[in-house]
Amino acid sequence: MIKTKLSLTILGLATALVAGPVLAAGGHDAPLPERQPWSFAGPFGKFDRAQLQRGFQVYREVCANCHSMKRVAFRNLSEEGGPQFSEAQVKALAAEYKIKDGPNDSGDMFERPGRASDKFPAPFANVEAARAALGAAPPDFSLLAKARGYSRGFPLFLVDALPIPGGAYQEHGPDYIVALMNGYSKADDPNWNDYMPGNKIAMAAPLADGAVDYTDGSPKTLLQYSRDVAAFMMWAAEPKLEERKKTGFRALAFLLVFAGLLYYTKKKVWADVAH
Amino acid sequence: MTWIWGLIVAEATTVEPTRRDFLYITTGAVAAVGAGSVAWPLIHQMNPDASTLALASTEVDLAALPEGGIMTVKWRGKPVFVRHRSKKEIGEAQATPLAQLPDPQKDADRVKKPEWLVVIGVCTHLGCVPLGHSGDYDGWFCPCHGSHYDTSGRIRKGPAPRNLEVPVYSFLTDTKVRIG
Amino acid sequence: MSGPSTYVPKSAIGRWFESRLPIMGLMHSSFVVYPTPKNLNYFWTFGGILSLMLGVQIITGIVLAMHYTPHVDYAFQSVEHIMRDVNWGWFLRYTHANGASMFFIAVYIHMLRGLYFGSYKAPREVLWILGVVIFLLMMATAFMGYVLPWGQMSFWGATVITNLFSAIPVVGASITTWLWGGYSVDNPTLNRFFALHYLLPFMIAAVVALHVWALHVSGQNNPTGVEVKDVKRDTVPFTPYATIKDGFAMVVFLAFFSWFIFYVPNYLGHPDNYIDANPMVTPAHIVPEWYFLPFYAILRAIPDKLGGVIAMFGSIAVLAFLPWLDTSRVKSASYRPVYRVFFWVFVICGIGLGYLGAMPAEGGYVIASRIFTVYYFAFFLIIMPLLGLFETPKPLPASIADSVLARGGSASAAAAGAAHAPENK
Repeated sequence: MIKTKLSLTILGLATALVAGPVLAAGGHDAPLPERQPWSFAGPFGKFDRAQLQRGFQVYREVCANCHSMKRVAFRNLSEEGGPQFSEAQVKALAAEYKIKDGPNDSGDMFERPGRASDKFPAPFANVEAARAALGAAPPDFSLLAKARGYSRGFPLFLVDALPIPGGAYQEHGPDYIVALMNGYSKADDPNWNDYMPGNKIAMAAPLADGAVDYTDGSPKTLLQYSRDVAAFMMWAAEPKLEERKKTGFRALAFLLVFAGLLYYTKKKVWADVAH
Repeated sequence: MTWIWGLIVAEATTVEPTRRDFLYITTGAVAAVGAGSVAWPLIHQMNPDASTLALASTEVDLAALPEGGIMTVKWRGKPVFVRHRSKKEIGEAQATPLAQLPDPQKDADRVKKPEWLVVIGVCTHLGCVPLGHSGDYDGWFCPCHGSHYDTSGRIRKGPAPRNLEVPVYSFLTDTKVRIG
Repeated sequence: MSGPSTYVPKSAIGRWFESRLPIMGLMHSSFVVYPTPKNLNYFWTFGGILSLMLGVQIITGIVLAMHYTPHVDYAFQSVEHIMRDVNWGWFLRYTHANGASMFFIAVYIHMLRGLYFGSYKAPREVLWILGVVIFLLMMATAFMGYVLPWGQMSFWGATVITNLFSAIPVVGASITTWLWGGYSVDNPTLNRFFALHYLLPFMIAAVVALHVWALHVSGQNNPTGVEVKDVKRDTVPFTPYATIKDGFAMVVFLAFFSWFIFYVPNYLGHPDNYIDANPMVTPAHIVPEWYFLPFYAILRAIPDKLGGVIAMFGSIAVLAFLPWLDTSRVKSASYRPVYRVFFWVFVICGIGLGYLGAMPAEGGYVIASRIFTVYYFAFFLIIMPLLGLFETPKPLPASIADSVLARGGSASAAAAGAAHAPENK
């Protein structure tokens, strides 16, 4: 009997040995984006308000010329867990935008200054107009940080889920965005990007050192810009991130205490039964 | 669901009263707290959401509204009546003795400028939209259950308990009003 | 559900009601005095955990349906509205989305438990088959639920899976058109998927009731696989013993679940589903949700369209025949040393297929999928029938009570426990 068991175990191991290298054969073509030092990563992560405000500045002065952000409203900018601009700042900001409204009593559409409750207006009337003007339609910014990512492959991708240092990691999207902004490696080909699948990107490098004038003394470098705008995009995609993590701590603390109590109750109940 | 166990268990076993009971009662109480905390999101989700709460004011241009006319504008999903009252209508509204009103309120307290009356167009009885320029007092008449309102939007006759509600509004210019 | 009830209500009103609708007696006999084998391990708590998950999914689902719009122009937007504006909307949606995964984690453990301890064998064949029906309904529900957010993976997942039916000879194309309500996955498809996604969980609940009924007729299997011989010696009443143990396991499971909801809510999802559905552009890698990956790998392992579809559905259908494919007289793998090895290889094979389902269908991956697919079917169709005939099982304990005493024989704690035991019986 032991012999059968042994031979079967060997058979199993042999299968694994044969299958292993076969499985490992499929590799990655593009380099993996580097992890960035995000303040909002991990179970206790919080956005850095100043970074979100700078990121918004980058979005507004550079990205918004082509990219829409149609699911985010001006009012979100003053809400808790975001850039937390003051309500007066948001009101003034919204008023700088022209919002299409209507129809009025005579049936015409008209433009009015934006209000805090309005969503960010798009730079183009529709996708087709954007494509006609730019050659390719730029993706909407609202969810981009969650709509992009990369996998570290087996077995590291398992680590990304675990409650261990370096685990509980959901920041692949912003990592990718930073990598993309810094991935224009061929001076003679503005549409070459190391991190774009297929390496062909319609957008030429949008950011460069000194492109945006920061007023808080932060370095005016490409790396800083790309980190700031990626952090801002993560907030735009997941505005409830801080609330979620805060609630999570309470929920887990509660469940662990409750589980402990139930465990001892269970032990007491079963104390008199051999099982 | 889980909280029931604590109670069942507490009832089912009666040995070593003090320490056991304490454990069972604590477990049951913690379970009740858990059930309550989970119930709240399920209940609160039905309250108005952030986009609804943020729904801003509506701006209305009054210039085109002739004397005696009523316009209806939509605000927070409800109709708001703006009435350009004539001298006669203002006079009637101001002259009515408070003793005759089921819900006594002076006309002056219901308007910012006497010629413009702004009220929410929802009958205070059961929420129908009253008809303008009708009823015994030439104000509004609710066809659902026969409530009569006067030219100040006050209830005069019928089942409605209160006057038509006045929303928060302000004059931006002489002919421009922001409701909300 | 376990014989005539001995329940007598304490109050007069209770007796009046009980003589007209004996529901309290039913509850009492099913969930209070119902005898459960005293040697059940924690793998037996997953039935309770699954009931909890069904409840969680139905409740969060109903609540989400209050805010969701099943229309191609609004579906994606309404989900984002839930995430951003609805009070606690992010929590409800992440709970529902991750809840599907938790449901499948629990069901796979539950099924493997049954497979290891022989819970499908007589007299529990109908119980097992009802379980297979629940599993199929769960898969249909989960698939349609994943379509509802109307992101890229939703849309292309729906396209690929509905196209499976086009493999059926002669009528395939008509069936696919019928499923779609058009010439492609579009608004009619989304709308009917929403209606069915709302309906199916209640059908699952109904089959779960039958599943529990069947369970309470035959009684639970247990780690020894030896049937209950003496209710007094072998079992304990469901309440408080099983209820408190299930309760503890459920809360531990909820803690695991919460980790995903609050800290890695998108880990089990796919980034592409945060992009609006676009019928003109297919994502580079279409992968189903993780819980379908093993079956997806089997589908792709077969180089023929119809053959792949048959293999995939066959891999689930074969489970229903398990009670008759297994020829062993012994239920529990604890007493089947050879079967146990094949079982663990099968588990590895299932995980391997899951991994392969997520990899591109090319080169070595396809070869590996074929090897694993062959083992998957061989396990049920060849190993199971033959092993029962040739394997020499270890001697079984005479009864559950004997196995418990033998196990705890050397431990003084158990002996002390046994001395105290009578007061609870």
